[in-house]
Amino acid sequence: MTVLCLIETDAGGGAADASMRALAVARGLATSAGEDLAAAWFGSAEAIDPGGLVAAGVSSGCAIGTAALSGYAPLAWARALAGLATARPDAAGVVSGIVAAATDHGNEVLAHLGAITGLPMAANCVSAARTAPGEVTLVRQRWAGSLLEDAELDAPLALLTVAADAVPADAVMAGSTFAAADSLRVEGYEPELADGDLLVLAAESAERRSGVSLASARVVVGGGRGVGGPEGFAVLEELAGLLGGAVGVSRVVTSEGWRPHRQQVGQTGTKITPELYLACGISGAIQHMAGCQGAKTIVAINTDAGAPIVTKADYAVIGDLHEVIPALIAALRERQG
Amino acid sequence: MEICVCVKRVPMVGGAIVVTPDGMDVDVTMSGFTVSPHEECAVEEAVQITERLGGSVAVLTLGPPEAADQVRDMLALGASRGVLLQTDGDEWGPIATAAAIAETVADRQYDLLLFGNESADTGGYQVPVRVAHVLGLPCVTGIKRLEVLGVGEGDDGPARIVAGREYRGTEESFEVLLPAVASVKEGINLPRYPSLPGRLRAKRATIETIEPSPRPESDGLRKIRLRVPESTSTGAQVLGSGAAAVPALVGLLDDLGVLP
Repeated sequence: MTVLCLIETDAGGGAADASMRALAVARGLATSAGEDLAAAWFGSAEAIDPGGLVAAGVSSGCAIGTAALSGYAPLAWARALAGLATARPDAAGVVSGIVAAATDHGNEVLAHLGAITGLPMAANCVSAARTAPGEVTLVRQRWAGSLLEDAELDAPLALLTVAADAVPADAVMAGSTFAAADSLRVEGYEPELADGDLLVLAAESAERRSGVSLASARVVVGGGRGVGGPEGFAVLEELAGLLGGAVGVSRVVTSEGWRPHRQQVGQTGTKITPELYLACGISGAIQHMAGCQGAKTIVAINTDAGAPIVTKADYAVIGDLHEVIPALIAALRERQG
Repeated sequence: MEICVCVKRVPMVGGAIVVTPDGMDVDVTMSGFTVSPHEECAVEEAVQITERLGGSVAVLTLGPPEAADQVRDMLALGASRGVLLQTDGDEWGPIATAAAIAETVADRQYDLLLFGNESADTGGYQVPVRVAHVLGLPCVTGIKRLEVLGVGEGDDGPARIVAGREYRGTEESFEVLLPAVASVKEGINLPRYPSLPGRLRAKRATIETIEPSPRPESDGLRKIRLRVPESTSTGAQVLGSGAAAVPALVGLLDDLGVLP
């Protein structure tokens, strides 16, 4: 038996960080029942670095492609994975579970898979283990992670997506106790698709936004109501630039129109997983914390020592961000010489 | 354009979520109710489309009798009809919810079914897709830009939508013939505040109440219990006050290895 994990590619063409984190949960599911872990991706066999997959515990890979499939097509991707689950070309046998990162693509493809097969799909899982054939116990996020649900999934094929922000980066590698394969055996798979599977087909715009992406930034400088207005974000941008990071904002900032919605961190915005989240003038509503709980370290800068963010952060500076941030920028510039 | 927007009544949560003693539900004794911001944006988008191109907007929900309040909130934003698939308040899983919605809208000839990308509470990320499969319609999700073409003047092509969303720092877009299903995300627009006449109209509106087919025993995903994640933080370590804390802050950033 095999657990299959869908690997998406990032902008550079390599395995997406969210998919690598999903692999950690897929590995947990596979090892709980002594099953193999396989990776599947759309594209050429060489598209994904085999070393990273092997280190994460993957023993076989499957590159899915056919001439008709020129880009991302959610239904076609789901159809291909469903086909692969029943007709795996290798000897590892039946697929017991399909796992993907809970990205726009992962959630969408697995939802289609659920609809095609008539099986349940559990989104935003944090962990999963097999208790019996056809039975998986899992923990999944509700309220974007502000609440956890312990659940039991009864299905011959377990369909899960993984909340990447709940998987620490250092959990991706399998560790020394895991007997990893020596090398990755990669095979090709050509799915049979109907015309209808390709009716929804993505076109990507040629324009690419420059700068560090919020979802994968190592440092995020956050701004909330305390920033005071659109002009107040210049210093946060400057600080983010100095630290090679990105600016994120709370919901009030986007609903006031101070910053575009794509910078929103939170339940209805982006979920971030930086090494450092520097939250400036943010009170720390539960919906915001849901978006930044994947940060390794949270430092709050706030005038109010009693703000919720101060109790939830690791470190705090009590003070006005308009005073602290320029002073921090000056200190960092001086340090750089 | 005839548009149906599906919304879900969820508790309004502020500082913290509290679970009931049996661990099976969110304690709502002290909370108000609302819909997800994604869904409010879906209603706003639908109203804007019909303001431009004509037609009307229906709002549909599946939930207890009190969910009529959320339908009225959406009517106040400019939707014209409300439909309540009334339940006894038990949680319906995504497969059952999608079946009930599809059963209701199947013969109502909507051009577009709009949803929020995911519900705020259970976050299943699948009801729109499952509804589309039951009805045999194309589906796009996570949409933050929606354009309707081929309806009204100026475009001789077939009625269709071009739907876009952010992806890896670029925009991914889909062109899909109507009728279709689309789920949207907050950010696609800035929802209006309900007008006073809108609120009065919503208060007086008749909401069509339908009893959906009985819910199947299980969706295959069984909730065992809910719990609030254990907090690892014991409160922040205060580095200092104002600009005087900057040396300590720089030291911390250095220790964390995030300085260039």
